[in-house]
Amino acid sequence: MLPLADTQFVEATWIMIVKSIVIFGVIFGILPLLTVLERKLIGRFQHRYGPNRVGPYGLLQPLADVGKLISKESFRPENAVSTLFILGPLLPVLAGVLSLAIIPWGDVQGGVGFYGIDVPIGILYFFAVGSIAFYGLLLGGWSSGSKYSLLGAMRSAAQLISYEVSMGLALLGVIMMSGSLSLVSIVHSQGEMWFILPQFVGFLIFMLAGFAETNRTPFDMPEADAELVQGFMTEYGGMRFGSFLLVEYMEILVVSGIAAAMFLGGWMGPGPSFLDPIWMLAKMLGLVLLFIWIRATLPRLRYDQLMSLGWKVLLPLATLNVLVTAVLVVAT
Amino acid sequence: MSAAGNGNGFDPKSASYLDSIEVVEVQRGPEPGGLGGAYRAFGETLRGLKTTMARLIEGPMTIEYPEEKTPVYPRFRGRHKLHKFEDTGLEKCVGCSLCAAACPADCIRVVAAENIPGERVSAGERYAAVYEINLSRCIFCGYCEIACPFDAITMGHDYEMADYDRRDLIFTKEMLLAEPVERTPLKAEGE
Repeated sequence: MLPLADTQFVEATWIMIVKSIVIFGVIFGILPLLTVLERKLIGRFQHRYGPNRVGPYGLLQPLADVGKLISKESFRPENAVSTLFILGPLLPVLAGVLSLAIIPWGDVQGGVGFYGIDVPIGILYFFAVGSIAFYGLLLGGWSSGSKYSLLGAMRSAAQLISYEVSMGLALLGVIMMSGSLSLVSIVHSQGEMWFILPQFVGFLIFMLAGFAETNRTPFDMPEADAELVQGFMTEYGGMRFGSFLLVEYMEILVVSGIAAAMFLGGWMGPGPSFLDPIWMLAKMLGLVLLFIWIRATLPRLRYDQLMSLGWKVLLPLATLNVLVTAVLVVAT
Repeated sequence: MSAAGNGNGFDPKSASYLDSIEVVEVQRGPEPGGLGGAYRAFGETLRGLKTTMARLIEGPMTIEYPEEKTPVYPRFRGRHKLHKFEDTGLEKCVGCSLCAAACPADCIRVVAAENIPGERVSAGERYAAVYEINLSRCIFCGYCEIACPFDAITMGHDYEMADYDRRDLIFTKEMLLAEPVERTPLKAEGE
């Protein structure tokens, strides 16, 4: 059989299938709750309650939202390129699910690795798959046959090239310190100290680039609901629109997961080892709360500000960070 | 100012002249961009995060309306009420139509009739056989209340009068006389 990826640890096929189903199920159980959490928290940040009518504490709100979106007509504009228009929302969902595979939930325990797959190229895989998600936005925006969508898609493209570089460079420091690309090995090398302390600059740059990557405020230029009426999703309705929204939360989870694994010690925490996935999830949720907090605080940046921040500040800072880390790693 | 100075043989370039001009210092923010800009942006972001977190801690200020209501002031002008004498049970309204005359929106219609000695309706000589207020036209100015010589009509506290049909908004005498369901909380003393 052709080995698709060189894995660190081999296990039975059925275990891998069960594992992926469990990860998929847990993440898709959390996603709707995240939407409620975000809406309720944003409400609290603005002296409001947020949704509290559907079900206890408004917990069934996503069910109502999804029910409404599913029952809507899947509308396609006359000028749209139909195949690409349908492909648009599918690619980001695919990319989001694929990047869930490398998030490490725990070490190998009882012959089962608590992660989807531990590939030696770990982080590169995340970058590759994350860039595919942007294709979905670009294709969706371009094929909609609408000027707002096109503008949103162009903004996505510009944002992508401005931030992917800094994001990669920000993680390079961590990779140099641990000497491995595999997320599991990176978590293992944080036994003494979490990388957020020596790599604080890298963490900040990665989170900033993560905001851009997930199209969140203050970098939600591609969506820009005020001026571009949701940008690339303008022409989408029904569940296609819903999947774009879903993907946004999934990307937040994935970026939080990568950040937690790279900088916050991953699954490490006090307590017995079966609590490892809980610790990982708790760290991820903490970062998700940061995402929501930032959204409630900062306004959207202007386009030129976003570009100059990416190229003039983040890129030099990230490069400097990499250089200093390299010197320190070699010196010690 | 400088023109007047020149006229008096004043050297506009001398130091004393320059000192005498009131110089307004224009306050400018630091130049944007660069590492200093990034540092300031970071600090300001932290300040903003603190501000929003303080709002979170203060908690919601929402009054969940259908369940919770804002108390109204005692002089709040809501839906009208017609009154009866408590001892005799006779209507206070004598059908004088002063309220209708005072009404700027012209929403009150009064048709007066003579009281028959055996079956008196009001305390006066006449009574209102028809008394209608079209609440879809009423502007709740309270002039009817001021115009009434017998305090027969007052403004109540009820403001929940939404209905599906305009015709249902014409309130008749019986509806105005009926003891209204007190649905609105009143503000406490000093609130």
